Order: sequence, then structure tokens, then C-alpha cells
Amino acid sequence: MIGAIWAVFVRELQLAARRRAEWVQPLAFYVLVVLLFGLGVAPRDPTLRQFAPAIIWVGALLAAMLGLDRIFREDRDDGSLELMVLSGMPLPPLVGSKIAAQWLFNAAPLAFAGPLLALVLGLRGDPVWVLFIGLLLGTPTLMLVGAFAAALTVAVPRAGVLLPVLVLPLMAPVVIFGAGAVRAASQGLPATAPLYFLAAEMVLAVVFIPWVSAAALRNTLD
Amino acid sequence: MWIWFHRLASPPSFYRTAGRFAPWFLVASLLLLAIGVWGGLVMAPPDYQQGDAFRIIYVHVPAAWLSLLVYTVMAVAAFVALVWHMKVAEVAVVAAAPVGASFTALALVSGMLWGKPMWGAWWVWDPRLTSELVLLFLYLGVVALNNAIEDPRSAARACSLLALVGWVNVPIVHYSVVWWNSLHQGSIFRLSGPTITWDMLWPLLVCWIAFTLFFAYVQCVRMRNELLFRERNSRWVQTLMVEA
Repeated sequence: MIGAIWAVFVRELQLAARRRAEWVQPLAFYVLVVLLFGLGVAPRDPTLRQFAPAIIWVGALLAAMLGLDRIFREDRDDGSLELMVLSGMPLPPLVGSKIAAQWLFNAAPLAFAGPLLALVLGLRGDPVWVLFIGLLLGTPTLMLVGAFAAALTVAVPRAGVLLPVLVLPLMAPVVIFGAGAVRAASQGLPATAPLYFLAAEMVLAVVFIPWVSAAALRNTLD
Repeated sequence: MWIWFHRLASPPSFYRTAGRFAPWFLVASLLLLAIGVWGGLVMAPPDYQQGDAFRIIYVHVPAAWLSLLVYTVMAVAAFVALVWHMKVAEVAVVAAAPVGASFTALALVSGMLWGKPMWGAWWVWDPRLTSELVLLFLYLGVVALNNAIEDPRSAARACSLLALVGWVNVPIVHYSVVWWNSLHQGSIFRLSGPTITWDMLWPLLVCWIAFTLFFAYVQCVRMRNELLFRERNSRWVQTLMVEA
């Protein structure tokens, strides 16, 4: 079974490596969104720094949305999803492996770009580190919930707008605690409590989401 | 003991039972609503701080309570639908979502109307208000997902999964006033007894029951319609239509 999980993981990474646009474009989108916020306010406006956590978190959410739709759709179209279901392997670990690979090439670059963009928006010192840790803890939750929504809508021909409508309400706690941690750190307060909340959400999502996503996928194949 | 449960699980028998109960729910709800509105708007004394504006709680609190109750009903029905593949439970999930969205919208709008004179703002970014708004979007997500998937049974199961995952939000809304330092009032129901006078309280309780019964009525009617539509090719619906 470990072999099967590993095979799915490697296959996803190979696919991503051969189509570089899929992980480069969300990154470019992310940088552009944040830079447009910078251009939208007056030069050297100090309020930009206050809004930086929210801008960076929301930008990361939107950029991560771009790649979600294809997580299961291509596998469903070319039949490999059916093979996975029929392989006799339990589906949840395979789904979890796909999501992990998706996080690695789709969300992890965003998490690493976040602190750099925070520097561009004028954050310095501890808040940047808190932002980075927050993004590392929050983006897996985002990918898991996003993959769940993608699994629900995999049979819908054009799920483009539906997907964010399903995902973003569920992401509210992640934005609240992620941006809240950075705000607390920039005021010199301890940021551990909101970071623990982010970690708790991630653990919950890691435990439950692969199972509900697998159920959603099976539902579309009935 | 489980016979009633199995009987309710069969669409024709649920259709009959819901049809028998629905008118009584409606009559009881309208009666209690009339008493509650009369008690709340005429009998209850004005508040010493808020004057007559407090009277909006007779709409606001029952609507907010139902916005959470309907979601919980939906989540329980979703669980039943997923575990036992029960058609009636699937229909219950799909039928409850727009009703719950309406109650959530009503709670938000009535709260805003009250907030403008009392807090001086239509909207504040307060945990309870925000999570109630998120709840509205969760309901709309279920409605949108149900509309997007063509096959009704597959759509209902997808909605059930979404409802279960979204259920995480319900305790957050409920306890947000306790957990966070919120502008929103705390609950008037404490272990030490209610914090408002009986003259103000009894119309609220009556409205509360009236709204809940109204939901029961609407849910019965909507589930009957949905069942008729989904089972339109089955024999029991056709016999029913011939008889009618």
C-alpha cells in the first residue's frame, strides 16, 4: 500500500514537472495581486503595512484556487481515477497522497513567496516569520478543503465559479487566525495561540478530509 | 422501536405522514405567532435603555436560532443519507438548505436594522455577525452545489458531504459570544435564570416555538414536493395523481 501511495505521489510530481505553467502561473498571479494592492494605495502609505497580513493571506487563497479544479478532473477524464477506485487499494490514502503532491508544487511555493511579499509591503522582523509559519500551517488546510470541493464538483462541467463559492466560506477561520497571528506579532503580542489554532485546523483537515473527499469521488462514479 | 424509522424511510409513507402533520404545524404556528406578536408588540413593556427598538428580538432571536437549528437538522439528515442511503433523508437535506438560508438572511437583516440605531452601525466585523454571514454562504454553497449537479441523488449526496463538513461552523456561531470579546449581547438564558423580565420573555418563547413549528410546516411541504418530483416515474406517485 505504501508503494501505491508513493506511486501516486511521484506521478503527480512528474506531471507537474512536465507542465511547469501549472505551478508557475499561480505564483505569478499571487505576486501580481499583491503588487496591484501596492500600486493601488498612495506611495509610502503606512496603512499598507497594516493591511499586509490580510492582503497576503487572501492573495494566497485566491492563487491556490487556480490550480484546484484540475486535481481530480483530469484523472476523471482520462480514466485513471476509475483505475484507482478499482485497484482494490483504499481510496482515502491515495487521495491524501494526491493532495500532498498538490500542496508541494501548488501551495508550498505560495507559502515561500508570502514572506518575500510581506517584505515588499513593509513588514519587518518577527511578523514576517510568524506569517511564514502561519502560511506553512494554513496552506495544507486550504489544499485539503479545496481538494474536497474539487472532488464534489468533479462531475460538474464548468465548476470555475462554484469552487471558490464552496471553499472560501470554509476558509474563514484560516484567514482569521493566519492574519490574526501576524497582527498580534506586529503589536509585540505572543502569536502562539492563533498558530496553535491553525495547526489544530490542519490536523483536523488531515484526519477527516481524505475520507470525505474519497466518498465524494466515489459518489460521482456511481 | 425502529419500525417508525423504517416506515418514515419509505417515500410514500413519509409523503402521507408529512401531509397529515403539515396543516397542524401551520395552524399551531400561526396561532402561536399571533399570540407572540401581540405579547411582544403590545403587552411587553418598553426596555429602559432601548425603548421600543428591543422588540425586534421577537423576530431576530427565533430567526437566528432557526438558522442554527436548520443547519443541524440538515447535518443530521446528511449523516443519515450517507450512512443508510435513505432517499427521504437526501430530500430533507436538499429541501432544508434554502429555508435555512432565508432564516439566516432574516436574522442578519433584522440584526442590522436593530444595530443601526443601537450600535450606530449597520454592520460591525464582530465574530458572531461574521460567522453568521459565513453560515449564510455555507447554505448558499449547498444550494449552488445541488443546482450544479444534474443527477438528483448524486447531487443530494454531494450536498450531504458538504453540509457535514460545514457543520463545524455551527458551534463557532453559537459560542462566539462566549469565546471572543464580542459587541453582540450575550445569551439571555443563563443557568441562574433568564436575564430579562418574564413580561418580555414569554412572548419571545412563544415566537420561538411558533417559528420552529413554521419551519416544520415548510419542511414538510417542501419535502413532499421534492419527493413527488423525484419519484414522478414511480407507481405510487402515478396512482396518487390518478386519484387526485
